[in-house]
Amino acid sequence: MKKFHMIINVERCEDCNACLLSCKDEHYDNTFPGYTVPQPRHGQKWINITRKERGAGSLMDVFYLPKPCQHCDDAPCVKKSDGAITKRSDGIVLIDPVKAKGKKQLVGTCPYGAIHWNEELKVAQKCTMCAHLLDGKWKQTRCVQACPTEALRMVYLEDDEWNALARQEKLQPLNPEFGTRPGALYRNLDRFTKAFIAGSVTAAKNGIEDCVEGARVVLSKDSKSVAELTTDNYGDFKFDSLPENSGEYRLTVESKEFGSSKLMVKLEDSVYLGKVIVS
Amino acid sequence: MGKDKVLFNTVLYGIYRILKHTASKYPEFKKRAAEHDCTIVLRTKDGSAGRSFTFRKGNITSKSGASAADVEIFWEDEKAALEIFTKPRDFLARINAMKNFKFGAIGPDWLNCWFCELLSLMQSPDVLLGHEYGIDVGDGVRRFTNLHNGGPVFVYVKDGKILRVTPIDYEESDAKPWTIEAHGKKFTPPRKGMINADTLNMKSQIYSRDRILHPMKRVDFDPNGARNPEKRGESGYVRISWDEALDIVANEIKRVKKEYGPGAIMHSMGSHHLWGSTGYWISALRRLMNSIGSTMVMNNPDSWEGWHWGAIHHWGYAARLGCPESYSTVEDLMKNAEMVVFWSSDPESTSGIYGGMEGTARRLWLKELGIKVVHIDPYLNHTAGLLGGKWLAPRPDTGNAMSLGIAYVWITEGLYDKKFVEEKTYGFDKWRDYILGKEDGIPKTPEWQERETDVPAKDLRALAREWGTKRTYLGVGGPGDMVGGACRSATGAEWARSMVCLMAMQGIGRPGVNMGNMQMGTPLDTKFFFPGYAEGGMSGDLQMTGMAVNMYQRMPQLPTVNSVLQGVPRLRIPEALEGKPVSGYMTSFITQTGQFFPIFYPSPGHSTVKLYYKYGGSFIGTMNNTNRFVNSYRQDKLEFVVNESIWMEGEAKFADIILPACTNFERWDIGEWANCGGYVQHSFIGLNHRVMVMQQKCIEPLGESKSDYDICYEIAKRLDLGAYFSEGSSQYDWCQRLFEGTDLPTVIKWKDFVKKGYYVVPAPNEAHRDPVGVRWYYEGTKKNSPEAPPFPSDYPGNWMEGMATQTGKIEFDCTSLKRLGEDPERPSITKFIPSWEGPHTTELFGKFPLQMITPHPRYSFHTHADAKDSFTNDIEEHRTLVDGYYYWIIRLSPEDASSRGLRNGELVKVFNDRGSVICALQVTKRIRSGVVHGYASSATYDPIGEPGHSTDRGGCLNLLTSSRDMIKKSHSTASNTCLVQVEKWDRTGVAL
Repeated sequence: MKKFHMIINVERCEDCNACLLSCKDEHYDNTFPGYTVPQPRHGQKWINITRKERGAGSLMDVFYLPKPCQHCDDAPCVKKSDGAITKRSDGIVLIDPVKAKGKKQLVGTCPYGAIHWNEELKVAQKCTMCAHLLDGKWKQTRCVQACPTEALRMVYLEDDEWNALARQEKLQPLNPEFGTRPGALYRNLDRFTKAFIAGSVTAAKNGIEDCVEGARVVLSKDSKSVAELTTDNYGDFKFDSLPENSGEYRLTVESKEFGSSKLMVKLEDSVYLGKVIVS
Repeated sequence: MGKDKVLFNTVLYGIYRILKHTASKYPEFKKRAAEHDCTIVLRTKDGSAGRSFTFRKGNITSKSGASAADVEIFWEDEKAALEIFTKPRDFLARINAMKNFKFGAIGPDWLNCWFCELLSLMQSPDVLLGHEYGIDVGDGVRRFTNLHNGGPVFVYVKDGKILRVTPIDYEESDAKPWTIEAHGKKFTPPRKGMINADTLNMKSQIYSRDRILHPMKRVDFDPNGARNPEKRGESGYVRISWDEALDIVANEIKRVKKEYGPGAIMHSMGSHHLWGSTGYWISALRRLMNSIGSTMVMNNPDSWEGWHWGAIHHWGYAARLGCPESYSTVEDLMKNAEMVVFWSSDPESTSGIYGGMEGTARRLWLKELGIKVVHIDPYLNHTAGLLGGKWLAPRPDTGNAMSLGIAYVWITEGLYDKKFVEEKTYGFDKWRDYILGKEDGIPKTPEWQERETDVPAKDLRALAREWGTKRTYLGVGGPGDMVGGACRSATGAEWARSMVCLMAMQGIGRPGVNMGNMQMGTPLDTKFFFPGYAEGGMSGDLQMTGMAVNMYQRMPQLPTVNSVLQGVPRLRIPEALEGKPVSGYMTSFITQTGQFFPIFYPSPGHSTVKLYYKYGGSFIGTMNNTNRFVNSYRQDKLEFVVNESIWMEGEAKFADIILPACTNFERWDIGEWANCGGYVQHSFIGLNHRVMVMQQKCIEPLGESKSDYDICYEIAKRLDLGAYFSEGSSQYDWCQRLFEGTDLPTVIKWKDFVKKGYYVVPAPNEAHRDPVGVRWYYEGTKKNSPEAPPFPSDYPGNWMEGMATQTGKIEFDCTSLKRLGEDPERPSITKFIPSWEGPHTTELFGKFPLQMITPHPRYSFHTHADAKDSFTNDIEEHRTLVDGYYYWIIRLSPEDASSRGLRNGELVKVFNDRGSVICALQVTKRIRSGVVHGYASSATYDPIGEPGHSTDRGGCLNLLTSSRDMIKKSHSTASNTCLVQVEKWDRTGVAL
């Protein structure tokens, strides 16, 4: 049985909000019986984008995490809903707008915070993966259609095909600790969940400070080399995908022309060390 | 009876039969026919042939003969009549007959217009009366097409209500896109129109609680009694009928003309209308205003500023206001460039002006191609966020220091194209000597620039060295080669000038060396003709629109001429409304010296402005020091204000009479995506496909709102200008007339275009792609770009050889500025001149130590798509909900926030001597310290006390910007130059 899956590429999201706006366009003031009641004009984000700024200064970066309903295989909301929420055989998790009436407790069943309470209509509601459209002639959800970067993609695959694709593209679940086996998976999730250590190697020559290109920078932890980089023309290096709060690292910088430098870094959040002077 | 006379009488009988038939088939038509009981005669001038049509309660009878009637429409003779009847689409013949008085009407204009409206409906009954257009997609849903500033859309409608607005996925049968081959890979853009937030927001703007649904009159305004102008902006409104509203407006127009003479009427509008070539302000509104005579508001080159007042003097390009041509630069960049420097360039926010998100997919190719990127911006903008790369964050308003530092490195290390500079430029030695410090004793070293910019000298050197050795594209502004950002600051002219000088040093036009950022310059067909909106639509205006370029030959229409020769510089509107003398300089697209001409108001023999016809409400959010605009409404020199607006926002609530307009989704129009014409010829080459759209009327106008065209037409009718205004055509008819003036009829029938709603122009094959812009100059050939300007007279030597400067070369030392006479604000070579409102103005800086930049907004377009209770309110980066109110956002660095004890998300007051605005604070590391970032163009002006004298919580940051021109000899805004302070808002104070 084929299922719909969403693939979300964190590196490709630039917060343009085409997804959010097309979702609102589709669901505000429209009723799709059997699928959902209308979305209120404001307040509900069936796809919610959060921002993460990593590091600081010249080498900081910023990433966005779009979060729709994860359409989990092992969805806690389904289990706790007394039949008001079901997972269809094509993978889509749907709240029955009639059965969910008055059941505010459904909101709390989703660890991803994807279920919303419609105060006016007294009903729980969430992303339907545009099931009303996919059951018709549409091939894509509104958010996927509007995404200009393919940060959002969707596929319709047999389980084994999906598993192979997930391996091939190194897809990861968001918050695997929830144990819900999400039907949506992420690419480059590290950009949001992991940290970097970065710096700019400089040296003085004839009293003038300059960037040091081509310096060898070795990152080690517990006396073992973790990674190695060569600085670019700005003297910059950036070791990415390190676990946040992962403790002490040693950095060794060596430039054949200008000398070397060693320093210890305690990694919590991403860190930009600024100038690393070699002499 | 002669053969022609028989034929004429037969045709008239035919009209009768068709009128009868249409009335019997379409109840809507019968209803219209019942509006007036009257007799209309169509006849030859001598009355020897003709027929009368009598309307009685909707019944139509007719008889042969030219008896007296309420309206008599006549032709010189039967031959002249047949000339028009037998060639119904030959508008040139019709116009010629009218202009030569061989075709006219006697009787009340409004009744003549009514009859013409019936004839118009009768000619397209299936569409206008049967509503047979759009695609039936089942379940009672019809799919229509429309076009917005941010792209073309499908509009799904059920039971007269819009269900959804979506991007267009092009069909298999639509033209295929282009492919660019670079570094062994093939790149093809997506097969759909990538639209932006502004457009995806549209449903919520159409169905907005802020829509004005009825004509309204200010409660304390009486045109025949007390007008209470000082109450504008505070009083409420009462609903009135269209007839009452239009009568008041028409009577006031007549009154002020008679009481004060020419110049007493002025009209203005925001820079951009909702899309559509017939409904645009430069079309219908212009035709009306030319017809009644209106003081012209002279626009400053609002988004171009530094390019127009500065860069233009180095190389001409006057028709593009000083910016270069961008033809085929995308392919050149991909094939030949090694690096792109984005300097004050954030295409991911400003979408190449009208380009939706079309450039985004292309910019992602940069990574695949291994082309490096660098970003220079005080804010880590969204393009930098998406693409990564090195970020250099100078202080605002110091770009001219940074560029001199780069030039210093290139000069001292020999990293520039000496041959190009020697052969193809003029005056380099003088500039070089200035940079080396020979003129003022200050070498413009990287260390020198660091003191101004705060960009480390080492990073500046690294950038300059890489730039000087790699084939590099320079991207400026959203589109990559024009508008926005640093050019709109006190140092904007010198910055833009220095950009040209840097490019000249690197030999612009060399493969891989040019201006662009993958936004403009796609390989689309520039030869297929369709006009941009600035080409004037149905304005009839050959002088102040682009109509003379193409449309006057292609779309015959009656000319209109504004006999009021007085102009007001737009940024001086407030003072002008107060009756004070003002002046400014011309924005000229004809030649670089055109801008040396001053404008004075009041003009000799002209009245000051007494009646202000305002379209929309955008200026408080978009002009500068805008409490001026607020206060100028609240005084008695301005006797009458009418505002034609879709939404109750901004300035609309300062009007005496409000005329409710509908959106372009509620009326007919026609247009091409991103084709503006005017200052950006071929502006569609920022897209992946050229798309022309029949902007179908998707729903009926909400409430009593009307199309802008119809509002202007109704006013025209009250001045007996109705038939002159409409030429007997409805807005739908004008769409067809415009269609017939384009190249579309060679590829698609009108009927099919109306039904399907759009046409995609095939991309040319590789051999027919345009030559790369400026390459001709580099290679020393004649200009071979597909654009007519510069005008032949603007070349110093042979036509199409060299640049339009006195030397024919790119000039480091500008001959035009030398001819004007030395001006320390704008010397003939570009220099570092510190900002007149920044760290160098120490006293003011001590009081207001933060530099505020207000770039063009990301999720809205000017004031479109902002506020109006729109979906965009829910975008976290657009507005922030605090205690039930959606506040505008300002951004501060963590250091600046914490030193003021401010926390993320709380309400703050941004202020200076000019005013104060309440915003929600975003604390972000993306903005460098010492700088406040908040977008321009809040649609909401919401003073919490007396308008013009109290804090605004709507978010109009332009209340705080200076009204000073960038340089005296200009008419310009420096909106990215503004010193402010930020403090926690204690929610008590209402005073400034």
